Amino acid sequence: MMYSEKVLDHFSNPRNVGEIEDADGVGEIGNAKCGDIMKMYLKIDNGIITDAKFKTFGCGAAVATSSMATELIKGKSIDDALKLTNDAVVEALDGLPAVKIHCSVLAEQAVRSALSDYYTRQGIDPLPIVGEIKEPEEH
Amino acid sequence: MEKRFIYADNAATTAVSEEVLSVMLPHFTKAYGNASSIYKLGRDAQADVEMAREKVAAALGADPKEIFFTSCGSESDNWAIKGTAEMMAKKGKKHIITSVFEHHAVLHTCEYLEKQGFEVTYIPVDSKGLINPEDVRNAIREDTALVTIMYANNEIGTIQPIEEIAAICREKKVLFHTDAVQAVGHVEIDVKKQGIDMLSLSGHKIHAQKGVGALYVRKGIVLPNLIHGGGQERSKRAGTENVPAIVGLGRAIEIACTDIAEKAAIVTPKRNRLIDGILEIPYTRLNGDRDKRLPGNLNISIEGIEGESLLLMLDLNGICASSGSACTSGSLDPSHVLLSIGLKHEVAHGSLRLSIEEDITDEDIDYILEVIPKVVERLREMSPVWEKMMNGEEVK
Repeated sequence: MMYSEKVLDHFSNPRNVGEIEDADGVGEIGNAKCGDIMKMYLKIDNGIITDAKFKTFGCGAAVATSSMATELIKGKSIDDALKLTNDAVVEALDGLPAVKIHCSVLAEQAVRSALSDYYTRQGIDPLPIVGEIKEPEEH
Repeated sequence: MEKRFIYADNAATTAVSEEVLSVMLPHFTKAYGNASSIYKLGRDAQADVEMAREKVAAALGADPKEIFFTSCGSESDNWAIKGTAEMMAKKGKKHIITSVFEHHAVLHTCEYLEKQGFEVTYIPVDSKGLINPEDVRNAIREDTALVTIMYANNEIGTIQPIEEIAAICREKKVLFHTDAVQAVGHVEIDVKKQGIDMLSLSGHKIHAQKGVGALYVRKGIVLPNLIHGGGQERSKRAGTENVPAIVGLGRAIEIACTDIAEKAAIVTPKRNRLIDGILEIPYTRLNGDRDKRLPGNLNISIEGIEGESLLLMLDLNGICASSGSACTSGSLDPSHVLLSIGLKHEVAHGSLRLSIEEDITDEDIDYILEVIPKVVERLREMSPVWEKMMNGEEVK
């Protein structure tokens, strides 16, 4: 299986690893049974994502996609973050092996899950804005 | 700490040894005859193939006429199982017994036969990765065509009670095949003494090249031909012999099966040092029985981390290892072997297999034992599963 240089870079030097203690939104996606869990922390100020951090249990691609997803949304507006697709994450990483595409979907959903939590904390129903969060299928 | 390169994945494959290569090389450019040709160049090739056959037979306690060269262990398994199935189906016997934690070459062959109308019983293994021979006895029926149980497991290295299983099969008059790909060269094998009817082996696990294997078939068992064509391999497996590979296998098995006990005496304490060193990391467990295992194999689950990440981190540190995680298998399920011994999915995802040989140095072991805890700590720091474990929360 071939990982791109960029995937290996984001795996071996992941950006934004860790937690944000006073996060405005925290999302978690996946389950240990499937082998991938991503937890995403967002700091949001005036509709702008000022900081993003993650913790991931998973394979090289899971770590790399989490890292890249946080990079892609940092400094962006919530609206832009909601437009983040797994394809954009894959593209930014110069591609992923076919069996690893699901990791990029997890990264996308982790962002949405954290934003969903943000709206819930604001007393706003996240469903119309963020949509359904897709949990990975059980195996 | 200076970076080293350490190959600790000999259960995956091995390097062709210089000694093996040196006997192979002349067969590419000088002694290149077709073993079926009448002139001396051909006759010499034939003689070398037969000498290799004698060496394989000697290593197993078999007769050379009972050895058939194949292209790999998987081919040998396929031939033995499908061949026996075809042969016995004619006698109305369409039941096969195997174990849940066989190599896929056996499991997928059995699954294929199920689709062809055969019935397969999958014997469970205990938490230490061992099969109870009595379970085999209890599974044997009037219509049982074959029992196929691996000699040593490829992931956790556990050595099965082959002699006892073979004795039960003999008593019940059922044919017994064993996939000994991981065992040959590491444990003493004597097919006659142990009552083995068929045995698969592979060259590249014992320092021969990839793409060559053999199947031992006890005299009196007439398997259907695998490849129809010329008269090679007594017409059972046609196709021009891969003379360099076969010659290499002969030399490799001769070397591998000399001093098995001495080599085990060297490698076992090294292996144990690695086991004890890695088990010092909290939340780890050894998979498979500690004693009834291949001398160079260790398989440890490290909770809170995922196997592929661990392998990539080890690779960055120059260590080649293997895992039972889903991500390394290309599927989403973790190793069927680790699940079969009762590991939970999330624990099976974080397993590490090292397979070493006697040439590993004390400095190599020092290095491995320095790198692994650091890498584990780093991965656990970024793992939400580890965080949950430490907070006493349930891991789903």
